[in-house]
Amino acid sequence: MKPPRFSYIAPRSVEHALEVLAASEEDAAVLAGGQSLVPLLNMRFARPEVVVDINGIAALDTIDITSQGVTLGATVRLSRVETDPGLRASMPVLPQAASFVAHPQIRNRTTVGGTLCHADAAAELPALAVALGARLHLRSLARGTRTENAEDFFLGTFSTTKAGDELLVAAEFPRHDGYWVGYDEVARRHGDFPFVGLCLALRMADGIVTAARAAAAGAGPRPVRLAALESELTGQRLTSSVAEAAAEAAAAEVDPPTDNHGTAAFRRGILRTLVRRMTTSQAKQEAA
Amino acid sequence: METREPREQIEISAVINDHAFNGEVPARMLLSDFIRHEAGLTGTHVGCEQGVCGACTVLLDGEPVRSCLLLAVQADGHIVETVESLAGDERLSAFQQAMKDEHGLQCGFCTPGILMSMAAAERHGYPAQTAEREMLGGHVCRCTGYVGIRAAIRRCWESGPRAERTETR
Repeated sequence: MKPPRFSYIAPRSVEHALEVLAASEEDAAVLAGGQSLVPLLNMRFARPEVVVDINGIAALDTIDITSQGVTLGATVRLSRVETDPGLRASMPVLPQAASFVAHPQIRNRTTVGGTLCHADAAAELPALAVALGARLHLRSLARGTRTENAEDFFLGTFSTTKAGDELLVAAEFPRHDGYWVGYDEVARRHGDFPFVGLCLALRMADGIVTAARAAAAGAGPRPVRLAALESELTGQRLTSSVAEAAAEAAAAEVDPPTDNHGTAAFRRGILRTLVRRMTTSQAKQEAA
Repeated sequence: METREPREQIEISAVINDHAFNGEVPARMLLSDFIRHEAGLTGTHVGCEQGVCGACTVLLDGEPVRSCLLLAVQADGHIVETVESLAGDERLSAFQQAMKDEHGLQCGFCTPGILMSMAAAERHGYPAQTAEREMLGGHVCRCTGYVGIRAAIRRCWESGPRAERTETR
């Protein structure tokens, strides 16, 4: 298992990377952390003419925390997301979810941009991006900068709206002040892609849910926003019957895959469990 | 070295275990193959070549990474440490000795990668539990059932100065 032949370039600026991407007409692969691309090269599922290594572009390796939210540069590694004190303070769900991704040795390389653009339907960060309404900033030589909502970015398994000449430069996660935000998942082994993961954000007032946002990983061909779950919870107290109804609503609105590791029904069951588990723990926290 | 045009052969300059390597490599060459075939350091083992097994783990600028998921050209300007760097003057490192004492290996194929992850864990001052669960979680061992390896971690961590440190991940 060795990569096929390709040409390699490591630009030092976004502009140079965009020039190379524009010139290579869809035959280029962007190399960030390489934790998905290099296996694909080794297995020869990917056969790019040109590999554009963006690890040397300092402008992409930035974490920007403001009162509006958090902007993560494309080459910020998940080990940094996991341990960054600023992120831990201002948006703890990001470090929390990052800690579920593979193992420390992998997170030392995996990047924010890589996991978003690879778009594995069961990956953690894409589900967070959809649940929290992240805005993805993409650049190309031909069309300049465009910003897309995460919900519109993911098209299907390993498929996004990013064009071949585009580079994802940053992901902006808006702050949800007054919300409790959590992420949980069930995987066969710690570090594996989850069967199903759930990101849930709840705004509470006097024990009542006044707003909810939720998205699931692994519950369909792409990370899915759980609109039925959100409306089932909104305006309600987090009683066990409300949690039960919300779990049923979530299970009914997803279309998870069946594979060697589990059936669609099994994955729906896991989603139900996650909804119950997270709403119950939130209800307990409210009561305390 | 920065060029304006993509190329198939790239000039690199990297340091592996205190030795400088300068020369041209094919862009497609994996770091694991560079370490074994060009640098001649065959202690780094190649298992799955898809980042799962952890046998090829080395330190890149002090952090454990899969050398099968890095291109050799990506080591340009960086420092690589392999398992050959751990023992000095015919003496095993403390963790190597603990692995021997606790029967932390049988066939030894996975061992070099585990040794490098634990070397990083020691340097960062991670507690034994982080080393045992998080760091060892990134390695597959088909012989031991991990019992001996975990015993080696605990023996090493409890006996050394690292037992005092408290940094957590």
